[in-house]
Amino acid sequence: MIKDKNLAVRIAKNKLVYILVCVLSGLTAIPLFAILGEVLIKGWKQLGWSFLTEATPNAYKALMAMQAGEPVPGGIANGIIGTFLMLIMAAVVAIPVGVLCGICLSEYRKNWFATIVSYLTDLLQGTPSIIIGIITYIWVVVPMKGYSAFAGSVALFIMMLPLIIRSTEETMKILPETLKEAGLALGGSYWRVMIQVMLPSAFGSIFTGILLAISRVVGETAPLMFTALGAAAISWNVARPMSAVPLLIWEFFNDPNLQNLIWGASLFLLVFVLCLNLLAKRIAKKWKI
Amino acid sequence: MLSALVIPVIGVGIIASLISDSTGAFEKFGFWNFLFSDDWVTKSGSESYGALPFITGTLLTTFLALIICIPFSLPVALFVGEYFRGRKIATILSTVTDLLAGIPSIIYGLWGFYALRPIFMHLNLSPQGSGILTAAFVLAIMIVPYAASLSAEFFKMVPSDLKEGAYAMGATQAEVIRRVVFPTAGSGVFSAYILAIGRALGETMAVTMLIGNTNQMPDTLRTTGNTMASIIANQFGEADGLKLSSLIAIGLLLFLITAFINLIGKILIRKAQHV
Repeated sequence: MIKDKNLAVRIAKNKLVYILVCVLSGLTAIPLFAILGEVLIKGWKQLGWSFLTEATPNAYKALMAMQAGEPVPGGIANGIIGTFLMLIMAAVVAIPVGVLCGICLSEYRKNWFATIVSYLTDLLQGTPSIIIGIITYIWVVVPMKGYSAFAGSVALFIMMLPLIIRSTEETMKILPETLKEAGLALGGSYWRVMIQVMLPSAFGSIFTGILLAISRVVGETAPLMFTALGAAAISWNVARPMSAVPLLIWEFFNDPNLQNLIWGASLFLLVFVLCLNLLAKRIAKKWKI
Repeated sequence: MLSALVIPVIGVGIIASLISDSTGAFEKFGFWNFLFSDDWVTKSGSESYGALPFITGTLLTTFLALIICIPFSLPVALFVGEYFRGRKIATILSTVTDLLAGIPSIIYGLWGFYALRPIFMHLNLSPQGSGILTAAFVLAIMIVPYAASLSAEFFKMVPSDLKEGAYAMGATQAEVIRRVVFPTAGSGVFSAYILAIGRALGETMAVTMLIGNTNQMPDTLRTTGNTMASIIANQFGEADGLKLSSLIAIGLLLFLITAFINLIGKILIRKAQHV
């Protein structure tokens, strides 16, 4: 009798743990939908052609429009252009350097230098983004005597680099050794095998890593605050301060007159980042090694 | 091979630059004095800076976030790595947590400010709604995905013959998890939480928007405060001279703390993976 009761308790406990795990896991999904819902509901009204093609209004214009009961004019075109320009400049350098470095790390695994580089990559990846902002300020903004989009792209480059190195290294490590041996046996030189055999087979995973790295840095605000600074007008000059979408959100957050634009800008950023993430997942699944 | 040089150059450069640009503050106030002083007087002439309120703020928000994060990330990890391993519902949940990890910090901050802050005020958890508690709560949501996905990997690595042995002895699934899965995956899961701490320490934008930005020592969890990252975000832009050097000194301290935590996490994780 006692034994049976004991068993019943154990089974009940088992059920309880199961239900608890399911309920708590379900609760974790709530913030995602709460954030998506909040940004969608408040943001979609603002999105429109002019929102994507016009520059940010100044506070006075916004105040006048608000007092007249009209929607705040203008948009976030200056931020969109800045984000893409800085992102492209950073990616153009970070992708080749990162991929090559990742290949080196996976090839010279036992080498002491590679071990140090590997640990430093981890260190750099874990460095808070605000520190990257300070460093770029010291390295680029101070010597150039001014904030610039170039400094912003340097900050994004430093953030992207370890992410790309890591993903490339992980990918190259799981490629079968026989693939390389087959290439070498056919008489290909070492680097020819690397570039014509190994890289194409790893392309899907490396590409996924690059997309994820971009989606990680595109929403970064802290490293841009003391580097690209932000600018109200549309600008293509990389030696001058430039805005970016996350910087604009920060600006709108701090300026009560511009607060009406905040959700549209957030929606744009959120949709862009989440689409990049989903796309990366898709590609990773399709091109699985 | 040359490309691999970029990393050491950046890595060593960061440390060198942070040290050389923060010497001003350390020389003026002394290293220990700077660390343990809670002054933050910006008036020129009687300038005096100390890092203690911000170190306290960072440690408080981080550990509070960790405590809030565990009861959610552990179930998610079990859900994905044990109960529904390899099934479609597990893939869906891990996609959801991946997307949570992808949301930019500044949007977490906005959501916290406009959606959570009124709730916190309504529940009377903190007088202005913003403060250490609110910041820690949002921080916890932000680190759940990291802790959960990493721990799930370690739960998946538990050999199934170990578990089958326990089942054969008549154990229930909950007992298998407690007696077999947790002890086997324990060190890996522990390192996952260390790495989650590393993330939380340096989180900037969301915390800056929610912590209230006051420079005195926080006395309760309901009061406002500042973290090392948020004071830099707030004041770096208009700083120069001694203040700039003090902010860079705080940056150096933050860098050293996160580097230390991450290094421990990585060493533990490498050990756990090779068992």
